[in-house]
Amino acid sequence: MIRFILNRVLMALPTIALVAITVFALIRFIPGDPAELMLGDMAQPAQIEALRTELGLDQSLPQQFLIWLGNVLHGDFGRSIVNGEAVLPLVLERFVVSAEVVVVAVFLASLIAVPAGVIAAWRQNSVTDLALVGTATVLLSIPTFWLGLLLMLFFGLKLGWLPVLGYVSIRDNPTAGLLYLILPVMTLVIHEAGVLIRMARASTLEVLRLDYITHARAKGLSESAVLWRHAFKNAFGPTWTMIGLILGNLLGGIAVIETVFTIPGLGRLMVESIFARDYPVIQACLLVVALSYVLVNLVVDLLYPLFDPRVVAE
Amino acid sequence: MKKLTFNGLIGGILIGVLLVTALLSLVWTPFDPMKLSFTARLAAPGAEHLLGTDEFGRDVLSRLMVGARAAIWIGALTVAFATVCGTIIGLISGYARGWIDGVIMAINNALMAFPGILLALGLLAVFGANQYGIIFALGIAYTPSMARVVRGAVLSLREREFIEASKVMGNSELFTMLRHILPNCLAPITVLATSMFGWAILSESALSFLGLGVPPPAPTWGNMLAAGRPFFEQAVWLGLFPGLCIALTLLGINLLGDALRDKLDPRMRGLK
Repeated sequence: MIRFILNRVLMALPTIALVAITVFALIRFIPGDPAELMLGDMAQPAQIEALRTELGLDQSLPQQFLIWLGNVLHGDFGRSIVNGEAVLPLVLERFVVSAEVVVVAVFLASLIAVPAGVIAAWRQNSVTDLALVGTATVLLSIPTFWLGLLLMLFFGLKLGWLPVLGYVSIRDNPTAGLLYLILPVMTLVIHEAGVLIRMARASTLEVLRLDYITHARAKGLSESAVLWRHAFKNAFGPTWTMIGLILGNLLGGIAVIETVFTIPGLGRLMVESIFARDYPVIQACLLVVALSYVLVNLVVDLLYPLFDPRVVAE
Repeated sequence: MKKLTFNGLIGGILIGVLLVTALLSLVWTPFDPMKLSFTARLAAPGAEHLLGTDEFGRDVLSRLMVGARAAIWIGALTVAFATVCGTIIGLISGYARGWIDGVIMAINNALMAFPGILLALGLLAVFGANQYGIIFALGIAYTPSMARVVRGAVLSLREREFIEASKVMGNSELFTMLRHILPNCLAPITVLATSMFGWAILSESALSFLGLGVPPPAPTWGNMLAAGRPFFEQAVWLGLFPGLCIALTLLGINLLGDALRDKLDPRMRGLK
């Protein structure tokens, strides 16, 4: 068990290193002097010169990377070109906002979609199955930002039940914050449920064909025992991995939802920073999201033996 | 050959209509999609303007038709870019193996450690937010998954007898690769390219919606939704139709992709 955990953690390390190199390289691909880019148009020549020395621009690229990595490990991502604020606290504060929406949405989507997918597989080719798969395919074809706009139009403007613009953090004011969370979370749940229903159905179908299921049925077990105690246990693995991937992907793609619902999250920050060419902030956003993607997948991997102990033995 | 399924048929029809509309927009649209008309501002759908007009009095149907062209064009170029680059990289990596494979796969895995849309956003910061920036950014973001699939297919193929035979017959490595390995990789490439076309259209519309894509006044489905947003309450058609176009296109691609995968599945299983 300990070997399995160590193994997985060690496997994540090179990925993390590669992510860091990519983020560093990406910004270096932008034409122009990195020090000038990092300080923006308003910088004084003396400032640029100072930053140039600090970034080690007169040294080789690998050395520059190590200097940058050293700064990042000390939590120093530089300062925003736009407002001079330190980048890291800004990015982390926005990250928490995005993570709240995404985690709640993925949790609820899994809660709805996984049982639905298993039932669809159990009743393969029945009306229930066709209806569920059809609905899922339609749901995953609807772009989230359009769905968000429609829900907002209906529940916000038409019915007036929910607030349309602005944002209140659930940590400042739980009741109001909850109201602001409903529509964005609902949007993501509807879309992601589509993806997960299909995934859960496919992996359950594969398991239901196996001999031990026939054996379980032949023993005279009830259908619900066969389905949930025998089939589901083995079928959940791939879906669990998918949930991790969706969680990470949503963190990267949350920008559109945050734009629709004016949520001050990380995605919004990144888009604004691209508009403003605020490279230190862009760099930090990229790194934070990519690292959380790697970490989420690591945690998903580490928890996998809970559903399928066989992976530890391999 | 299995007969075309019902889903595949629906998907095919949806995509067919899309393609015809986009082609038609090259020669004919009901109105000039860029022509402003202050007398016809926010006109509801009716006999003259079938899908209404926008806040500048421009005909929505005409703009959607031109938008279809933009979506297909950007989607196709993105997929072409990712497919060509990914296939070449995958072929080289799978065939060469050794340290070349190691280096290529390390870079590949680094890029795959980013969620696709995030990598595209990062690359847009490098290339600048415009039509060609989007194509490059999405193309590069999708290349690693294509490379991985092709490499996997090559690795399993290269041990097969007919590849051995080709080498024994004295064919060059390059000839063997192009004549014998590549054609056998086409099934997984087609399946992945189909889903990529959907991802590309969705991402393009999302990026245009964010203002990072094709800039107005040129119409795309995404920037039409963004521009019409302040007027949704008075002119619900501005919020309805562009989104419906995106959703129907994606539905068509998903259905077609499912049908394609079912049909090509036996061969894909053979490749594993």
